Amino acid sequence: MHALEINGLTKTYGSGTKALDGVDLTVAAGDFFALLGPNGAGKTTVISTLASLVTATAGEVRVFGHDLLRERAKVKGMVGLVPQEFNFNGFVPVQEIVRQQAGFYGVARREASERTAYLLEQLGLADKATAQARQLSGGMKRRLMIARALAHRPSLLVLDEPTAGVDVELRHGMWEFLTRLNREEGVTILLTTHYLEEAEALCRHVAIIQRGKIVVSAPMRELLEQLPEESFVLDLVEPIAHAPTIPGVRLSLLNPGVLELEVRRGQPLDQVFAALHAAGVRVMSLRNKSNRLEALFIKLTGHGVEDKA
Amino acid sequence: MNFVQQMRALWTLLERETLRFVRIWPQTIIPPMVTTALYFIIFGGLIGVRVGEVGGVPYMDFIAPGLVLMAVISNSYANVVASFFSAKFQRHIEELMVSPMSHLSLILGFMAGGMARGMAVGVAVALIAALFTDLSVHDWGLALLVMLLTSAVFSLAGMLNAIFAKTFDDISIVPTFVLTPLTYLGGVFFSIELLPQPWRDLSLFNPLLYMINAFRQAVIGVSDVPVGLALGLLFALFFVLLAACVYILRKGWGLRG
Ligand SMILES: Nc1ncnc2c1ncn2[C@@H]1O[C@H](COP(=O)(O)OP(=O)(O)OP(=O)(O)O)[C@@H](O)[C@H]1O
Ligand SMILES: [Mg+2]
Repeated sequence: MHALEINGLTKTYGSGTKALDGVDLTVAAGDFFALLGPNGAGKTTVISTLASLVTATAGEVRVFGHDLLRERAKVKGMVGLVPQEFNFNGFVPVQEIVRQQAGFYGVARREASERTAYLLEQLGLADKATAQARQLSGGMKRRLMIARALAHRPSLLVLDEPTAGVDVELRHGMWEFLTRLNREEGVTILLTTHYLEEAEALCRHVAIIQRGKIVVSAPMRELLEQLPEESFVLDLVEPIAHAPTIPGVRLSLLNPGVLELEVRRGQPLDQVFAALHAAGVRVMSLRNKSNRLEALFIKLTGHGVEDKA
Repeated sequence: MNFVQQMRALWTLLERETLRFVRIWPQTIIPPMVTTALYFIIFGGLIGVRVGEVGGVPYMDFIAPGLVLMAVISNSYANVVASFFSAKFQRHIEELMVSPMSHLSLILGFMAGGMARGMAVGVAVALIAALFTDLSVHDWGLALLVMLLTSAVFSLAGMLNAIFAKTFDDISIVPTFVLTPLTYLGGVFFSIELLPQPWRDLSLFNPLLYMINAFRQAVIGVSDVPVGLALGLLFALFFVLLAACVYILRKGWGLRG
């Protein structure tokens, strides 16, 4: 069974913006799925539709086989949403926000309190339980929204840019938490992110949306294998005036001391270095130009991801 | 969700709504008590002694029920309009929209929150009234029924206002330009017997006149209008407003994009 099936989803906002133009998307049960796309591509609109915050103009959404329009309450009970923007009442204590969210899903009071204590502990917010939500730091607020989304034990967790504005250490902690949730509790996870290394580290399946359409959806490994070229940046010992010409590879001079090298996948680098050496170019150090997914992303969408963090 | 789960959701919302106004009690509970005390001192004490009796009772006793109901009306309305609008504005209404809570539970939860504040303030104001008058309630059952129904009606009205409101100005227009004038003209401070025509007949179109008089009947046994008619009107308004709220939420107006 699929955790999520979206067919022909279309959304035109009241303003006339066509945000979604026939989105088809399938997420397998138990998957860890990344939905990527440039700003304004329609990621939040897809997520808001399946979380019942936005009404689609046309199309079908099924969550674990249940139709959103016909069984909305059932679908809502299975989905947990971590929205892109903070949307809690800042004047309410942290633990109350989580406990009440469980209550809104019909969880009994005692169970809701226990679940809240557990989640706050898991997300490192236990010592902030009685603080007002507005007093939390940005990263803590994100984690509060994750705790809130899990209050009713959803089977499908949807996170819209959960790590935006979260520092490196916390981000890794969050990755660990989500990975454990996915592996140990079998929660299907769908997330959007502008950090492609995050998608590469976490997700087993990637879909890219652009201008309201899915342009690719495939297992991460398959996608990365398809990538025909790899780019490296070479820092030179001495500046040079022109990039040398070496058959079979592309070289371009970024600035007099830095050379960009593009090779086909699987092509041995030692030949390239030998040729560079013969041309009198001495290389000080070498690094990957960008992460692999980023290269793919740029190739497929025609532009990079603006990092909003 | 089954019935028990819906009830838990509704109860949670009522709890949240109640905690909200209790937490800010200096803004929600105290001001109406102060205002009422001033009304009693000025209208009851200073002016009332010159007015003498109205409807066969001392003026202070005559205005007491209306002042209590006025507090119930404005606080029920204010609670829901402010809470629901700020939930929309700060977007935590989304916490409710993503949950499987039914529209009816959601509406009843906000309404119950408005009633909790309306009744709490109503009782607080009645205690102030007890300091200035020595009233004994004529018909407790009727008093409670009118208070509860009035509170429910104005909580729902506040909800409708909040659903359609786009700015903070929109939530103060109705209380200032509709509710307050209708309350003052609804006979809190006078019997419509005192009004010249056509004002007396025009007053009969003011729904607040019926509520205030029904409550006055319950407390001091004096009314300008038949109580049965007032109760009928209250029930009718309650069901019409409730249906309107359910219909509008189902359509997603003002909430879902
Ligand atoms: N409430 C709204 N009313 C009108 N237009 C909207 C609304 N929300 C989004 N849009 C438009 O729909 C399009 C898709 O927006 P959406 O928020 O889904 O993109 P996104 O992929 O989540 O972008 P980002 O990465 O910046 O979060 C954009 O053109 C946006 O301007
Ligand atoms: Mg977005």
